[in-house]
Amino acid sequence: MNLAPINNLIKKEFLLEFRQKASLGGMLVYVAGTVFVSALCFTGKIHTHEWNALFWIILLFASVTISSKSFLKESKGMGLFNYAYYSPRHFILAKIIFNMALMLVVSLFTLFFYIWFVGGVIQNFPLFFVTLVLSSTGFAGVLSLMSAIASKASNNFALMSILSFPVLMPMIMVSIRLSKQAIDGLNWAVSYDFLLILAALNVLVIMLANLLFPYLWND
Amino acid sequence: MKYWYKILSVLLILYTIFWGLLGPVPRLDILNETIRNVYYHVPIWFAMLFQMSVSIWFAIKYLLSNNPDDDMKSFNAAKVGFFFSVPGILTGCLWAKYTWGTYWTFQDPKLNGVAIGILIYLAYFILRNSIIDELKKARISSVYNVFAYVMLIVFIMILPRLTDSLHPGNGGNPAFAKYDLDSNMRLVFYPAVIGWVMLSWWILEINNRFSKLKSKQND
Repeated sequence: MNLAPINNLIKKEFLLEFRQKASLGGMLVYVAGTVFVSALCFTGKIHTHEWNALFWIILLFASVTISSKSFLKESKGMGLFNYAYYSPRHFILAKIIFNMALMLVVSLFTLFFYIWFVGGVIQNFPLFFVTLVLSSTGFAGVLSLMSAIASKASNNFALMSILSFPVLMPMIMVSIRLSKQAIDGLNWAVSYDFLLILAALNVLVIMLANLLFPYLWND
Repeated sequence: MKYWYKILSVLLILYTIFWGLLGPVPRLDILNETIRNVYYHVPIWFAMLFQMSVSIWFAIKYLLSNNPDDDMKSFNAAKVGFFFSVPGILTGCLWAKYTWGTYWTFQDPKLNGVAIGILIYLAYFILRNSIIDELKKARISSVYNVFAYVMLIVFIMILPRLTDSLHPGNGGNPAFAKYDLDSNMRLVFYPAVIGWVMLSWWILEINNRFSKLKSKQND
């Protein structure tokens, strides 16, 4: 497979993103604000495992918000150019890789604010980090395709969440389980099973997105 | 004769309704007489799953052929499958109230799987309704259908690893697995499954004919 077009597409995504610094900055302020408000509301009322679940819910909403504009920013003329110049498989792969990087950044920021406001209780940090990387990849795979679908329909945020929440559930539940094990400081050996499931889910999602996106592309 | 399966489905369902209530069943702890629900609740779910599989089959066929008929069949099958989920969930809730003491519990992977399945199909209907252009609607909703179905199956496969099931036959509960040994129950259960699946096929056929007439009227 020729990697040059994917490289170019990813470069273009990053250029577009950094040209509009407000959108990434807005995203970071959004997660910081959400974490702070949650900390204000829940401190003393909930404990480690509930904080963990809340962390993933915040990430879920943040990821959906980030990716919902992923296909919206393609203007009409730009779309035609892309259509003529790139293959759909390259296009969706580039989107997924870019979204994955973006989500990883946002989830690391969320983690940073969490440790700041809520307190660091993660005993097996490497495991938590691997979980974050894997789940960002999976989220990016699902949400890139969903955003492509939502952009073809009358794009609104509600539709995007309706489409993606049920589909994201398997990943969220496995991730919550994994991060709970990381917080409890369990041994890696305990988590291999779930890590394998999460990785397999990622492969499946990215393959499906690659298979299905070409059908969304030509119209 | 093309009516045979319709007559047969009605006869089979009538037979299972009566013989399901009258026939002998094994006495099991907790379950007692509620074990008869296996004749109604489980076959209805089988019919739903069957219709969902028909729906994805025609969705794939549509993506490969671009024949509007296939999309219509896929949509109708999803509708019929959704229609069957209502009695499926109601019989399940009632039964759960008498055996588990609650209408709904999050401790059971089958319940969670079904809830996600229903959310996915609701999202599918909303997606269809938010696109006006017929061709676009068909292509995009078929893509979502395929993606969502695969994720649902994966979810159903992963879930039991996350939470142990309360359903009879799982996690050390009094088992329907025993009904495989009980030839009296088998005599009702298998005809019930066949009857309900054929009934769902009949409903699908009526829906398909109705849609065809409607589209002819519009032309």
